[in-house]
Amino acid sequence: MVKKFDVVVVGGGHAGIEAASVAARMGCSVGLITMDSRAIGRMSCNPAIGGTAKGHLVREIDALGGVMGQLADSTGIQFRMLNRSKGPAVWSPRCQSDRKLYSQAAQSLLLSISDIEIIEDSACDVIVEDSRIVGVKSRSHGEILCQALILSSGTFLNGLMHTGLQSTVGGRFGENASVGITESLDKLGFEHGRLKTGTPPRLKKNSINWTILEEQQGDKKPQPFSYKTDLSKFPSLPQLSCYITYTDQAIHKILEKGFSESPMFTGLIKGTGPRYCPSIEDKIVRFADKERHQLFLEPEGIDSDLIYVNGFSTSLPAEIQLEALRKVRGLEEVEMIRPGYAVEYDYFPPHQVDLTLETKKIQGLYFAGQINGTSGYEEAAAQGLIAGINAALKIQKRPEFVLTRSEAYIGVLIDDLVNKSTDEPYRMFTSRAEYRLLLRQDNADRRLMKKGFELGLIDATAYEELIKRENLITKSIDFFSNTKIPPPEIDLILQSKGMASLESPETIAKLCKRPELSLAEIINLERIQSMEISKEITNDGFALEQVEIELKYEGYIKRQLDMIDKLEKYEKLQIPLTLNYLNIKNLSNEGKEKLNKVKPRSIGQAMRISGVTPSDISVLLVYLKK
Amino acid sequence: MNEDTIVAIATPAGTGAISVIRISGQETFNSVDKFFRGKKRIAQADSHTIHYGDFYSADGLHIDDVLVSVFKNPNSYTGEDVAEISTHGNPIITQKIINELISLPNIRLAEPGEFTKRAFLNNRIDLAKAEAVSDIIAARTEASFRGARNQLDGLLSSKVSELRAMLVNLSSYVELELDFAEEDLHFFKQDELLKKVDSVIIEIDTLLESYSFGKIIRDGVNVALVGRPNVGKSSLLNYILKESRAIVSEIPGTTRDIIREEVSIDGILFRLFDTAGIRFSEDVIEKEGIIRSRDTVFNADIVVFLMDTTQGEANDLFKELMNLTNPEKIIRVLNKIDLNRNCLIDSDVRISAKTGEGIEIFFNKLKEKAIGSDYYSEKTAVVTNLRHYNCLRKSRENLISARNSILERMSGEFIAFDLRNAELSLAEIIGEVTSDDILNNIFMKFCIGK
Ligand SMILES: Nc1nc2c(ncn2[C@@H]2O[C@H](COP(=O)(O)OP(=O)(O)OP(=O)(O)O)[C@@H](O)[C@H]2O)c(=O)[nH]1
Ligand SMILES: [Mg+2]
Repeated sequence: MVKKFDVVVVGGGHAGIEAASVAARMGCSVGLITMDSRAIGRMSCNPAIGGTAKGHLVREIDALGGVMGQLADSTGIQFRMLNRSKGPAVWSPRCQSDRKLYSQAAQSLLLSISDIEIIEDSACDVIVEDSRIVGVKSRSHGEILCQALILSSGTFLNGLMHTGLQSTVGGRFGENASVGITESLDKLGFEHGRLKTGTPPRLKKNSINWTILEEQQGDKKPQPFSYKTDLSKFPSLPQLSCYITYTDQAIHKILEKGFSESPMFTGLIKGTGPRYCPSIEDKIVRFADKERHQLFLEPEGIDSDLIYVNGFSTSLPAEIQLEALRKVRGLEEVEMIRPGYAVEYDYFPPHQVDLTLETKKIQGLYFAGQINGTSGYEEAAAQGLIAGINAALKIQKRPEFVLTRSEAYIGVLIDDLVNKSTDEPYRMFTSRAEYRLLLRQDNADRRLMKKGFELGLIDATAYEELIKRENLITKSIDFFSNTKIPPPEIDLILQSKGMASLESPETIAKLCKRPELSLAEIINLERIQSMEISKEITNDGFALEQVEIELKYEGYIKRQLDMIDKLEKYEKLQIPLTLNYLNIKNLSNEGKEKLNKVKPRSIGQAMRISGVTPSDISVLLVYLKK
Repeated sequence: MNEDTIVAIATPAGTGAISVIRISGQETFNSVDKFFRGKKRIAQADSHTIHYGDFYSADGLHIDDVLVSVFKNPNSYTGEDVAEISTHGNPIITQKIINELISLPNIRLAEPGEFTKRAFLNNRIDLAKAEAVSDIIAARTEASFRGARNQLDGLLSSKVSELRAMLVNLSSYVELELDFAEEDLHFFKQDELLKKVDSVIIEIDTLLESYSFGKIIRDGVNVALVGRPNVGKSSLLNYILKESRAIVSEIPGTTRDIIREEVSIDGILFRLFDTAGIRFSEDVIEKEGIIRSRDTVFNADIVVFLMDTTQGEANDLFKELMNLTNPEKIIRVLNKIDLNRNCLIDSDVRISAKTGEGIEIFFNKLKEKAIGSDYYSEKTAVVTNLRHYNCLRKSRENLISARNSILERMSGEFIAFDLRNAELSLAEIIGEVTSDDILNNIFMKFCIGK
């Protein structure tokens, strides 16, 4: 019998997991095609979730009802908030994960959702009628029918792995490549490119001299990713440390010996590598004046014998890798279980998808993850979630779901992909978000949970709690902005910090703006402490943090909001999707071509397309006025 | 858009030796060929060639013999097909030719600034340059022409781009430290960062300062001539104008009204105001004149305080003047030195409005007061436009805010925020950030045909 689903997801990586689970929870029947069900949720590269800007993505995914945050929380073996010394906008949660447990947790999660059927197979062709997806062909199950097809096949499309001059067909160590999809999409008129990414060697744990290395522990008071995680049972696993060591000039010399056999430098690898997560050989060449590079030795799991060498991604010959590693402090007698390798794969430059991640050419076909040219688990998961949501919405004939740049990092991510396309693996950074001061990891719930609730992905209790908290925050801000502290009341605290006494009473809000004072300290003043609202807010650490941030950075927050207002009008200036740019005579040739490719929805979006000049925008504005 | 072909007179209205009619758009060459008889059809002519021939009306009447210059797209002012028809400088002729042209379908009179707007829309010029065109058209003196020319040559644009690049570069370092928290990256110490920000502020300050000079280039300098009756204010003005515009007489108090004249001295436009020779208070009878004189002094960029060798010092009047205006603005001039060369009255410059003695020195004093130090050279970017000035000020404000954040050891994202805003304000000058308001605003100021 021919299998038939509402939604078929190809690939069980981080994008596929989110896509499948969200579509099923929105009421769709889902088929998840994966070559190996035990590979679902497998972390191909570093055993970690989050990090700068990526942590923001995970928090947002969680607030919208995605699963990555919960999976990470339940399998984390070290939690740290990065950038603690900086301002709250760039704090980023990160955790080390138990690689095996993460993958297992992902599998049991999918198995627990009854509307998901996991199909072990390899997809090899898409079936399209009248520019609309109707199904997918697989090697052993033949045709599988669906209304929406989400391709989240990671690095598997025509994957090719390199170590030195040796190359092996495959998408990941020990796993096959996926052949056929690229070719069938090409036939439909899609344009594809080639990218590369790499992974470092894995070392044997007890061959490392740990005692002489610098230890890096997790946070004393770890913070989970998910709003759902019960703090009293967190973290649930024993916590481990990472260790830090460095390369040096002598090591760089050894690595250079291998350059003549590097698949990158000899031109064997055709794909473009990530500028931001460079291989060690790249780093040596590009930062030639840097005398050493930092390496993190990360545990792969509680009972794992493997150590991951973060910072040492490489595709040099295995002997060179080992020779160099053994010159690293602490690794003098190290055993290498598996060498690092580079993998090349097909991707589809993402101007071919819309902001919903549906392809512009074929209705019902969605791309998510590395197929869109991104790198990173979190970027992939975010796209999987958006693709899954939109596939379900489209089938149910509900309005689409798109996040804007001022609402979420996810909005920034997809907007960048669509408008700027990309010819190197795209990684998220906080600097990509122009409204960074507003899009913080701490307020992800406040920004997005309402949307998650409206989509039916956040349950009512969590949402009610959010509303209650929101009221408390508003009430507190109001109270603190109107309550004045007379000078004598706070004199002691000021004195103890070497600050001058107040000349006249000041509001709590204003006092709180001083970097030296925390809101908690002020609330602790006897008279204030006894007030009902003080008790309420002190009991809710999350709300207190929100109030403090909003008060402290009020000026900046206001300026960002003004900026959004100012640019909003361009976002609201709609451009008909049917507009034929080739007919607009005054557009520059490049502008014409880019606009025609991307087909922006608004002037605001058009302004962000690379290659579209200000005068092109003026031409458009004038044209649309007619 | 711009399906229409547009036409307008490109030379000033009125009678001159020749007039030029400019046509731009798809139908340009075909349209001209409908009326023009020369050796060659214009549509077949090469770009950048000139053709002699006759222009006939649709009913075959000879209007004028003309020269047609051909510029093919994209190598023309507007980036479209352009023809320029030079006719004899008679308004009736040009009007007839234009009437013939606009009788054709798809060709119409250009709106103000439309040629330049098309040049901008076709990527031929950037926004700052477009504005320079409007300034050149309005330029009345040589120096203001040079100022606008200098902007058109892109001096301001390239300076602004350079500053932007500096800011982008600086931000990228700040951003790197934020986004690569896991790596041990430290690019700038606080004081280095501060130094870099300051260096941009200094450059912006230089540009901002050039605005007062730029404004002079654009708008000219107001000069008030004040002094007791009969000291020779009107005579001096007349001497400068070399024509008897103000009435010169021996009866004190001749000039009752303010007389205003414009002169160009070494390319700078001076607007001279001859006032009634009176005090600024007390005199009840000439109340009206007093009020006007006060206003004139108040609005003046330079006040010439005139005394003469025969009446002696006018300390009381000078004191009053000092209360009315910034002493920096005053030049004290002693007149009628031809009558008493040994006069001991103290002054900045001694002249005779009768013989012209000392007038050159007086001119130099005027220029010095107007321009200040002579930092201006043809190679310096000068801000002559209020919009540009405001963008620079906004940018500066943001940099000051960045500076404070650095001093207060705020985290990098706040510094980056200010740096980015500073950069965006600069971008607005060259039109990288377009808003249709800005555009309309700019192109509205053009006259038809440019
Ligand atoms: N010898 C000599 N006579 C001068 C000179 N400048 C002006 N006069 C004479 O001084 C008299 C007054 O000159 P005006 O120019 O009318 O003086 P004013 O300051 O404009 O006078 P009011 O308008 O009445 O205030 C006229 O007879 C001029 O010819 C000068 O430099 N030398
Ligand atoms: Mg007079």
